[in-house]
Amino acid sequence: MLAVFKREFGAYFSSPIGYVFIAVYLFFSGAFFYIFALSMGSTDLSYVFLGMFFVLMIFIPVLTMRLMSEDNKQKTDQLTLTAPISLFRLVMGKFLSAFSIFLISTSVLVVYAIVLSFFSEIAWAMVWGNIVGIILLGAVFIAAGLFISTLTENQMIAAVGSMAVNVALLLMDSLASVIPIKFISDILSSISVFSRFSEITTGIFSLGNVLFFVSVIVIFLFLTVRVLEKRRWS
Amino acid sequence: MIEVKNLSKHYGSKVAVDNISFTVEEGEILGFLGPNGAGKSTTMNMLTGYISSTEGNAMINGVDILENPIKAKADIGYLPEKPPLYPDMTVSEYLKFVYNLKKCKLPMKSHLGEICELIKITDVKDRLIRNLSKGYQQRVGFAQALVGNPKVLILDEPTVGLDPKQIIEIRTLIKRLGKNHTVILSSHILPEVQAVCDRIVVINKGKIVANDKTENLARNLSADHRLIVQVEGSDSEVKKILEGISGMDRVVVTREAEKGVFEYHLDAKEGVDVRREVSKKLMARNYPILLMKSNELTLEEIFLKLTTGDIYGQADKFEKQMDKIEKRGGLN
Repeated sequence: MLAVFKREFGAYFSSPIGYVFIAVYLFFSGAFFYIFALSMGSTDLSYVFLGMFFVLMIFIPVLTMRLMSEDNKQKTDQLTLTAPISLFRLVMGKFLSAFSIFLISTSVLVVYAIVLSFFSEIAWAMVWGNIVGIILLGAVFIAAGLFISTLTENQMIAAVGSMAVNVALLLMDSLASVIPIKFISDILSSISVFSRFSEITTGIFSLGNVLFFVSVIVIFLFLTVRVLEKRRWS
Repeated sequence: MIEVKNLSKHYGSKVAVDNISFTVEEGEILGFLGPNGAGKSTTMNMLTGYISSTEGNAMINGVDILENPIKAKADIGYLPEKPPLYPDMTVSEYLKFVYNLKKCKLPMKSHLGEICELIKITDVKDRLIRNLSKGYQQRVGFAQALVGNPKVLILDEPTVGLDPKQIIEIRTLIKRLGKNHTVILSSHILPEVQAVCDRIVVINKGKIVANDKTENLARNLSADHRLIVQVEGSDSEVKKILEGISGMDRVVVTREAEKGVFEYHLDAKEGVDVRREVSKKLMARNYPILLMKSNELTLEEIFLKLTTGDIYGQADKFEKQMDKIEKRGGLN
């Protein structure tokens, strides 16, 4: 697992993708920080995090698009799949490499909070809630992107496909509101990523919400392993 | 060491590998020979656990590759048809990655250093794989298979893309490795298999058509009943005499080897040794024999015979096809 992690983590910095992702992240979070906090004289960072929700939705697929699809295309999967390593470890190594890049970029949000705390009192509970929320959200998007990347050998398709999945996760709410059958709309709104994310960002820590995100991550990782497994049998 | 039993692979209704069985002993080099698309790579992919078999099983060191893949894979070094390289890594980074991926226990620096020396890639070890020539990339792929010193080496066309000097080096290396490893090597280049392998499995359309020691394969299919003779004297006369020998099937005058000396290809009926008769009959009529040798099939001919059942027909058939195409106005 560590070998795969190291290789994939290194690959982010031997190509522009790692730098581009971090740069985009810093640019948007900085812009939001200036617009929603500094220029408005507010210590409420939740709009910054909300803005990042949409940025991550679009840009995490860039981070995950090549994770598996490149192996499929370059036939390097003939190395990884014939090595004495379980598929789960292989998938985890890939997941954690993208997740680490994401964590590194996210650490800047903590810096913003610390900067603000020099000027005035801030609600740390809310900040931590937001950070936990964005980390869980990022992990969900990464797991989904990893799964989509496994299905194709074309990076562009992987990226666009993952964006579509992310948007679908977001639209669950609006879909729920237009469906007249209460039973179905209840199900849809209960699996809505967005409403659970906004709940966490208000600083309310609910175990249910955290478990929800963790299960979505586990489901996508599980599906990724199954797809790799299934390909051998087809 | 490697035991393959009734292995089959179906892709939908297409049968890529059809119920093949063979074993490879420890310290043996097995050549896997067949035309393109015969099922060589598919079989190797099944042996290494990259794809699963539809039916049958493959055992590596007594471990089933599907039942206990991690244990079985630990003993295998695999060089696929297209070397599985990451172009954005340097050679030494890549080999370190493979070392860690295979959870190798040998001392890293000396082990990888040895492999680089053996494969002769030490001088490129700090270069990006993307910038290496095809031959070097192939060798890095080979080096990757050797990491961890696995007991079983499965090499899919290992000399593709190498220049003649490198081919000889790699062949010598495979021969050396074959002394204490079990090697399966696939190729459609016959002299290569002949030069390197102890035993040959010929595969065509997913089926095994021959499985024998390299020297037996050549002998069984040619034997004594096919001769080449050169005789001094009138070709029509000599031909008549030769055709008169009992057991003779066919006499063909192939060429005039020297002035007044003709070369004949003799096909006797199978199992009939006509050498003595030929010699006596010609001597009696005072036609000196200047050369007589058994006309052994080359491996090339054996291969065609096994895979198409016809040695001479193939080239003719192809020429006729080409003629047809040309009549229609050529390839454009």
